Amino acid sequence: MEYEAVIGLEVHLQVRTASKIFCSCANRFGEEPNTLVCPVCLGYPGVLPAVNKQAITKTIAAGMMCNCEIAGYSKFDRKNYFYPDMPKNYQISQYDLPLCQNGSVRIEGVGFSGDEIPRRHIGVRRIHLEEDVAKSIHVGSYSVIDFNRAGVPLMEIVSEPDMTSPDEAHAYLTELKQMMHYADISDCDMEKGQMRCDVNVSVRAVDNPGFGTKVEIKNLNSFRAVHRALSYEIERQKELLEESAAVEQETRRWNDEEGVTTLMRTKEEAHDYRYFPEPDLMPLQISADMREEIRRNLPESPASRRERFVQEYAITAYDAQVLTGEKALADFFEEAAAASSAPKRVANVIMTEFLGWLGDQGKTVRESPVGPEAIRELVSLVENETISMKIAKDVFSEMMETGKAPGDIVEEKGLQQVTDQSVIESYLQQVVQENPSVVDDYKSGKEKALKYLVGQVMKLSQGKANPQQVNDRLRDMLSQ
Amino acid sequence: MGQGNGTSHIDVRYVADLARLELTDEEVEKFQGELESVLTYVDTLSRLDLSDIEPTAHANPQANVWREDGASESMCRDDVIRNAPDSAEGKYIRVPPIIEE
Ligand SMILES: [Zn+2]
Repeated sequence: MEYEAVIGLEVHLQVRTASKIFCSCANRFGEEPNTLVCPVCLGYPGVLPAVNKQAITKTIAAGMMCNCEIAGYSKFDRKNYFYPDMPKNYQISQYDLPLCQNGSVRIEGVGFSGDEIPRRHIGVRRIHLEEDVAKSIHVGSYSVIDFNRAGVPLMEIVSEPDMTSPDEAHAYLTELKQMMHYADISDCDMEKGQMRCDVNVSVRAVDNPGFGTKVEIKNLNSFRAVHRALSYEIERQKELLEESAAVEQETRRWNDEEGVTTLMRTKEEAHDYRYFPEPDLMPLQISADMREEIRRNLPESPASRRERFVQEYAITAYDAQVLTGEKALADFFEEAAAASSAPKRVANVIMTEFLGWLGDQGKTVRESPVGPEAIRELVSLVENETISMKIAKDVFSEMMETGKAPGDIVEEKGLQQVTDQSVIESYLQQVVQENPSVVDDYKSGKEKALKYLVGQVMKLSQGKANPQQVNDRLRDMLSQ
Repeated sequence: MGQGNGTSHIDVRYVADLARLELTDEEVEKFQGELESVLTYVDTLSRLDLSDIEPTAHANPQANVWREDGASESMCRDDVIRNAPDSAEGKYIRVPPIIEE
C-alpha cells in the first residue's frame, strides 16, 4: 500500500522590538533572571497593558511577507488557563480576529535530504500576536520562574496541513526564517527560544480520502530535529497502519539523542480557554495608509531575489538558493556582481572561497575583513588575465588575512601573470630538457605526462604563467 | 455556552471546574440562580432591534491606543522577590513542581 504524510506546523516567533508588548521592560535575551520585569509583565493585579505599536507593525510585515490578508479590524483576547508561567491566569492573545490570515509561503530548491523539492505554495492559515509567557525551570522537588521572557511579543504562525514530506517542512521553516530575517522581524534563534516549532503529522493510505489520526510532536529544537522527527514519525505511523493497528491521537516528544519519538500524553479533552475580548485594550484599526507604509518598507522577498539572481546574473538556481540564504550574503553578492563582467565567477568565488573562509574562521558575512568590491576586483584580475585562477587563490587568502585590496597585493608581490612569450619559451625549454623520460612518455601516447610537464613549467614560473598558454605551447612543441 | 440541561444559560459545576473552584451542592444551587438571573438580564438585548448597530469588541469607541516602542527601567529585583510568595537563589520566583505539559 502507498502512504502519504500530511504535515502542519505551528511556529512561535518572538518579534524583535526594543521593549515588551504591553510594558516598557526591555525585550532582551540572556539577562540576569527577573531583572527585566515590572508589575505589568509580572501580572500584578490592577495594572493596565499598553500595546507596543512596533510589535503590531512587525506582525503585519510578517503577514505581508507571507502574502497574508491583513485585517482591517483586529483585537486582543484573553486566553484563560492556570499555569505558573502566566500568573494573571490568562494570556493576552488573539482569537477570532488575528492580524493576518490566508497567506502562503513558496518553497522550492534543494531540500535538506539533497533531493529537489518541486515548487509549491504552503498555506499560512493565520498569524496572530500574543505575549510570551515566563520561562519555568524544573529543579526537581520544585520549579523556578524567570519572568524576563514574559511579555515579549510573540507571533504564532499556523500553517495549513499542506506539507507532505520532512523536506517540505524543513523548506517551509527555512523560507519562513529567511523572510523574517530579511524583513528584520525576528532573529529566529531557536537556541534562544526566539523560534519554536510544534509539528502535527498524520499518515494515510493514498487511496483513502479521509485523514489519518493526527500526532503532535514537541521538543523540536532545530530544523534538523524537525526533519528527523518527521522522518521517524512517518515511518512509525506507516508501520502501525501496515499492521492494521490504530495510530493513537497523542502528543509525542522528540528525543534527539536517541532519534525517536516517545509518548508524552494521549489527547485529553479539548481545552476550554474561555476566550473573551481583552477589555483593557482598545481594538486595532489598521488603515490602508498604515498598511501601505509597512508595505513600502518591506524588503524584496528571498524567493523573488532568487529568481532575479538567476535572470540577472546567469547563475544556477542552486547558486541563487545558497546566495540568498542570508540577506547579508545576498546583499554582499549583489554588490560584488552588479558591476562585474563575470557575475557567475563572482558567485563561484563567494560560494567556495569566501563562504569556506568564513566557515573556517567562524565568522559571519558582516564580519568579513573585505567588502564585496574586493571580490569583484579579484575576479576582474582573473578575467583580464592579470593573474591565473591559481594565483587568485593565494591573493584571496592574503586579502582575507590582511584586508588589503587584491590589486595592491598583486602589485606588491609581483604576481602578474607572465604573458611575455620569450620568458615562457625559456621555461618550456628548461622543463623539456630536464625531463627527457617524461617527454618520451608523452610522445608514446601518455596524455598524463603532458599534465606533469605543464605543472613543472607553472612551478618554474611560480604560478605566474598562463596554464592554458603553457599547455598549448607544450603540445605544439612536442608534436614537432 | 452551558453544557448540560438545555434551558439554562450556565453549567455552574463546569465553570467552577474551569476556575479551579470547589463548590458545595448548596453553593452550586445558589450560584446557579444568581448567575442565571445575570445572564437572563443580558437576554434583554435580544428583544431590541440591533440591526443598525455595528458589532464592536469594546464599549469604548476608540481604537489604536498604542505606545511607541521604547524600553525603560524595570523593577528592582529585590522588590520582585519580596513580592513573590516564595523565591530561590535570590533571583527566581519559586513555585510548586510543574508537571511537564
Ligand atoms: Zn514589564
